[in-house]
Amino acid sequence: MFASVAPVTGDNILLSAKGLTKTFGDFTAVDGIDFAVRKGEAFGFLGPNGAGKSSTMRMVGCVSPVSGGELRLFGQDPATAGPAIRARLGVVPQRDSLDEELTVEENLWIYGRYFGLSRKEVRARAAELLDFAQLTERAKDKVDPLSGGMKRRLTIARSLINSPEILLLDEPTTGLDPQARHVLWDRLFRLKRSGVTLVLTTHYMDEAEQLCDRLVVMDHGKIVAEGSPRQLIDEYSTREVLELRFDAEDHKDFAEQVTGVGKRVEVLPDRLLVYTDDGDEASAVVHARGIEPLSSLVRRSTLEDVFLHLTGRTLVD
Amino acid sequence: MAAATTTGREAPVPGDRAQHGIRQPLSSSERWLAVFGYLLTVYKRTWRGSIIGRFLSPLFFLLSMGVGLGALVDDRAGGVDGTPYLQFVVPAIVATQAMWVAMGESTYQVLGYIKWNMGYHAMLATPLGVRDILVGHLLSIVGHLTVATAIFMAVAALFGGFSSWWALLCLTIAVLTGMAFTVPIFAFTARQEGDSGFNILFRWVMTPLMLFSGTFFPISQLPGWMQPLAWVTPLWHGVESSRQVATGQVDWPLLALHLLVLVAFVAVGWVLAVRSFTKRLVT
Repeated sequence: MFASVAPVTGDNILLSAKGLTKTFGDFTAVDGIDFAVRKGEAFGFLGPNGAGKSSTMRMVGCVSPVSGGELRLFGQDPATAGPAIRARLGVVPQRDSLDEELTVEENLWIYGRYFGLSRKEVRARAAELLDFAQLTERAKDKVDPLSGGMKRRLTIARSLINSPEILLLDEPTTGLDPQARHVLWDRLFRLKRSGVTLVLTTHYMDEAEQLCDRLVVMDHGKIVAEGSPRQLIDEYSTREVLELRFDAEDHKDFAEQVTGVGKRVEVLPDRLLVYTDDGDEASAVVHARGIEPLSSLVRRSTLEDVFLHLTGRTLVD
Repeated sequence: MAAATTTGREAPVPGDRAQHGIRQPLSSSERWLAVFGYLLTVYKRTWRGSIIGRFLSPLFFLLSMGVGLGALVDDRAGGVDGTPYLQFVVPAIVATQAMWVAMGESTYQVLGYIKWNMGYHAMLATPLGVRDILVGHLLSIVGHLTVATAIFMAVAALFGGFSSWWALLCLTIAVLTGMAFTVPIFAFTARQEGDSGFNILFRWVMTPLMLFSGTFFPISQLPGWMQPLAWVTPLWHGVESSRQVATGQVDWPLLALHLLVLVAFVAVGWVLAVRSFTKRLVT
């Protein structure tokens, strides 16, 4: 059922889940999901808020007990080997958990001590990481006045203090401005190149496309698709999309008029999306039919379209 | 990234924990010392403010109750059962101060690490567990209690608040009394969503305890029905133990019983704290 890039087998698998489930009382946050992450890859969970991504990440981070199914990291079970596994993980939580009253470098030193690093090791490592996070000049400053992007980079630097083999990032760039996001992405690329396995969640399709070799699309606690960004787009969408806006309260009325123009039409509150392999040709057909939208735009398909097709909803409201 | 180059198959566990890969598990003392170290760093930043507060409020009690009220009591009644009022009240203030310090350290800061700056969550993402966090944090409060009590006792001694060197034992008793509050309050705090519960604790638990636990007058002065209430609160046991050793009028079996009650509060509090921390943080 799922497209896969290459067989996900063998001993290069660092992380695997079978039927992984998380329930809170009557509520099922994660509903029996299967996935596997290979060494060195960047693996993403894409989905809207409430899809079960963070619950999955907390289980993978060995802080939230598994309610059902099987979870293995480095071949070990979090239920019995939690501390040993966590010693080899780096975690960037959704909300920064820095001590804002302390300085940038103090935050790193303290965190290193939690992993049992000696004072000497911690200082050496912190200096390297501040350089990596481009925060060396702010080393002696308090965290509190730093910008959101800087705090995020510090959180990432902190998560690397123990030279983790897997880095878990929960919504790494949510709330950051575009420039700060690009700086962060650049740092994450460098990490990936140096061999760190990245596992991240996001509800930004551009982030998933930029960073992930492979991803799963999650909705209501389930995985609804899996593959590389390119594969998912090929499989669940068309090459191009024609976006049409009309001067209307309800775009549903126009959906019938464009029936048959492309392969498929999606109706959003503010526009119609016509899925087609050739957007310009579709646009010409629309005009030939005498339909006159306020605006029309041809663009390439994205993961947003994949998500829309699979769930009937948009990722970001 | 530093790569492990020196470790071969013979040594899969690198001694240098900064390296990649499987590492030597942390000993339990390394774990709680890491937490303690963090709180020490925080303290280094804030000690000036806390020291002044710790010092002033018991000093005001010392001056008003001990010296002011004491002169009156000594003149009219010749002290309390022959003990000058200052020496009667000072060991009790020592124990009461420990309760207030415990209260101050186990509420807002703890809820902050749970809810606001997520400090505990940051720790739990590392090899540390709930018990390590609790032990580390509780030991830091032992430190706070020791410092606060020692400073106050030194000042009280200058005012003539103690009559014997045995009073040094009040320090240990104060720390134990403080922990008899701290540990159960940790369990309480981990169940709070906001700070409204703390106001109730301050107003309806701590303040009545201070007033009715034999701090300023023997509980035998209370109406008969109120006395058993004092018996079940840790403060009365702390006050009585502290006063016994400071005045040298020690009833050993009774002292042992008082201390045992305090230890029981710590022990039961520990079980409850582990439970409520786990429930709150490991979900």
